[in-house]
Amino acid sequence: MRQQLEGSHAVASAVARCRPRVIAAYPITPQTHIIEHLARMIADGDLDSEFVSAESEFAAASIVLGAVATGERAFTATASQGLLLMTEVLFNIAGLRLPVVMICANRAVSAPISIFNDHQDSMSLRDAGWIQLYVESNQEAADTVVQAYRIAETCALPVMVCMDGFFLTHTFEPVELPTQEEVDRYLPPLRFPRALNPARPMTLGGGAEPDNYLEYRASQHRALDDAAETIAHASTEYAQVTGRDHGGLFEAYRLADAHTVVVALGSVMGAIKDSVDALRHQGQAVGALRLRCFRPFPSQALVRALAGAQRIVVVEKALSAGAGGILACELRACLQQAGSACPVHGFVGGLGGRDLTVNTLTAVIDAAAKSPAPACRFIDCHETGPLETG
Amino acid sequence: MDTRDPFRENVLAAGHRACAGCGEAMAARMVTDLIGSEAIYVAATGCLQVFTTHNAQSAWQVPWIHSVFANAAAVAAGIEAALRARGDNTPVVVQAGDGGTFDIGLQCLSGMIERGHDVLFVCYDNEGYMNTGVQRSGSTPHAVRTTTSPPGRLRAGKRHLKKDVLAIVGAHHLPYAATATVAFFSDLQDKVKKALSIRGPRFLQVLAPCPLGWDHAAERTVEVARLAVETGLFPLVELEYGTPTSVMHLARQRPVEDYLELQGRFRHLFASDRGREEIRHLQALADTHVAHYGLLDPDRPGATEASVAARRHAWGGYARPRREPSS
Repeated sequence: MRQQLEGSHAVASAVARCRPRVIAAYPITPQTHIIEHLARMIADGDLDSEFVSAESEFAAASIVLGAVATGERAFTATASQGLLLMTEVLFNIAGLRLPVVMICANRAVSAPISIFNDHQDSMSLRDAGWIQLYVESNQEAADTVVQAYRIAETCALPVMVCMDGFFLTHTFEPVELPTQEEVDRYLPPLRFPRALNPARPMTLGGGAEPDNYLEYRASQHRALDDAAETIAHASTEYAQVTGRDHGGLFEAYRLADAHTVVVALGSVMGAIKDSVDALRHQGQAVGALRLRCFRPFPSQALVRALAGAQRIVVVEKALSAGAGGILACELRACLQQAGSACPVHGFVGGLGGRDLTVNTLTAVIDAAAKSPAPACRFIDCHETGPLETG
Repeated sequence: MDTRDPFRENVLAAGHRACAGCGEAMAARMVTDLIGSEAIYVAATGCLQVFTTHNAQSAWQVPWIHSVFANAAAVAAGIEAALRARGDNTPVVVQAGDGGTFDIGLQCLSGMIERGHDVLFVCYDNEGYMNTGVQRSGSTPHAVRTTTSPPGRLRAGKRHLKKDVLAIVGAHHLPYAATATVAFFSDLQDKVKKALSIRGPRFLQVLAPCPLGWDHAAERTVEVARLAVETGLFPLVELEYGTPTSVMHLARQRPVEDYLELQGRFRHLFASDRGREEIRHLQALADTHVAHYGLLDPDRPGATEASVAARRHAWGGYARPRREPSS
């Protein structure tokens, strides 16, 4: 049944159908609606779960850590400053190899403080050892959070589902929620073999020394690398149960014969698809690739998918200040490694909630066609001009 | 009377890497064997975590987890919430040092208590950051020498006072909070047993001398802890719902010098007039404790059953059982 649902409501309903036993969170815009919906479901008796109102995001992350280490499914959500405050615990969750699932309602980071959307928060935690999945729509957000539990519990790795703040969390779209029966069929109950249990005592989180720390990290890296296959598989199996497939590691749009390919993450892909359509209408061979899985970074799959491209235009809402766009840097590295000389134009835009409109994006693609590939240009920046047209 | 060896369970096994005379190892062995192996233990980063779980080895014969420094109380809250969700009454115990309690862990501790989690939080208080090489903490007493409060031409050790963490915890009106030391085992035993008999958040602050950081002879750990009590510097008390319900009275109050002179961390105070002034200051602090808790006044009326019952009625929402008693 398709319903007109706010993004937060859609993901909260999907989370509830995954039957988490512990939900812990601290309020932060634009994540709050997600946990408010869950709190209401618990208050109304529609969800049997312990709701823990943490005194900070640092504690919220620690609470879900403890719950999952005890062998129960858990959920948390945050954004921006909250995610940064969780940072120490997020690395720790990954190192402990706990299958925690969280939603990051993507928001800019301070200073200056801004409640609006970009990807600087989650992208800054790309090295934390979490799987990161970025979604385009409310439908995909609801479906992906269910897949996230399946992936996390299969790989013993935490998964962060990244959905754009406001553009998705506060926007109403038609959504078909997975039914409880579908979720139960797709997602078996959590079985965590290292759970804290007096009948089988185990030590979790002991110290390491120079003679074994590196091996822990190497095995974590291998696990993330191997997770790519599980992520793709989880998407395919989900499609078999619900009929909905959002792509596993990435989604291709009019890519097959494209000479110019726009690569991006998240909800901006809606506008990019419209730009691609407009340019196709003018006879230009333009396509797009939406990266759904940013960690693990699916280098081989990307190299294959982009083999026919003569020009790549990365549009990203994140920045490693002093280095440039993060996705552009990583894409260049993996293409170079594969022997590709395809130029990668790096565009950073939409920071702090600035709109990326179809017209703007079309101009970006035009600009890329008229210049060599610069490392990093800002879209629609008042300081450097409305758009650097090269 | 139970005449069995109270340490028969060996929850904390031998072979760990604590220093000789370590008060924290002694305290942890006492507390954890009194609690037993049918419990889940959470550790904050610190000496106890380092010397018991090193390099893929573990001295713990119980389910035990360490996450980071500041979050032990929150991890325990998550464990307790998970157990509550499935109606499991397994006790949850936190073990933290004074850094993980008074300072970096205080916010998580406060949140855990405020939400009424059924968790026993045990602080082994050795009055400093001993794991990182003896730096001052919020628990370090006034005038103590540490590596970050060194006595010098302009300073006589730590400039600030020891934080009264028991009062802070007590201000949450939790069902039970108490102080104990390694020097009075039967007192510690009673308090652990009492804590285990109560639901809701509970707090135990155990003074644990550190021969390295306090600079005393390793064989005098128990003596030093006993003198901390007998001078009035570390009163042994119990709070229920934030109000004192019992204190260990002193037959006589020993002068603080008897305690200070055994420890190198106070040695500089005996070497100057300024130092002697600080000794008088420490004596005044001890006298204040004695007066506040009535340590020399066994006839002072304490809390009555009725007043504790009234407080339990007001604050007792804390003690929600995890599993409803089966009928």
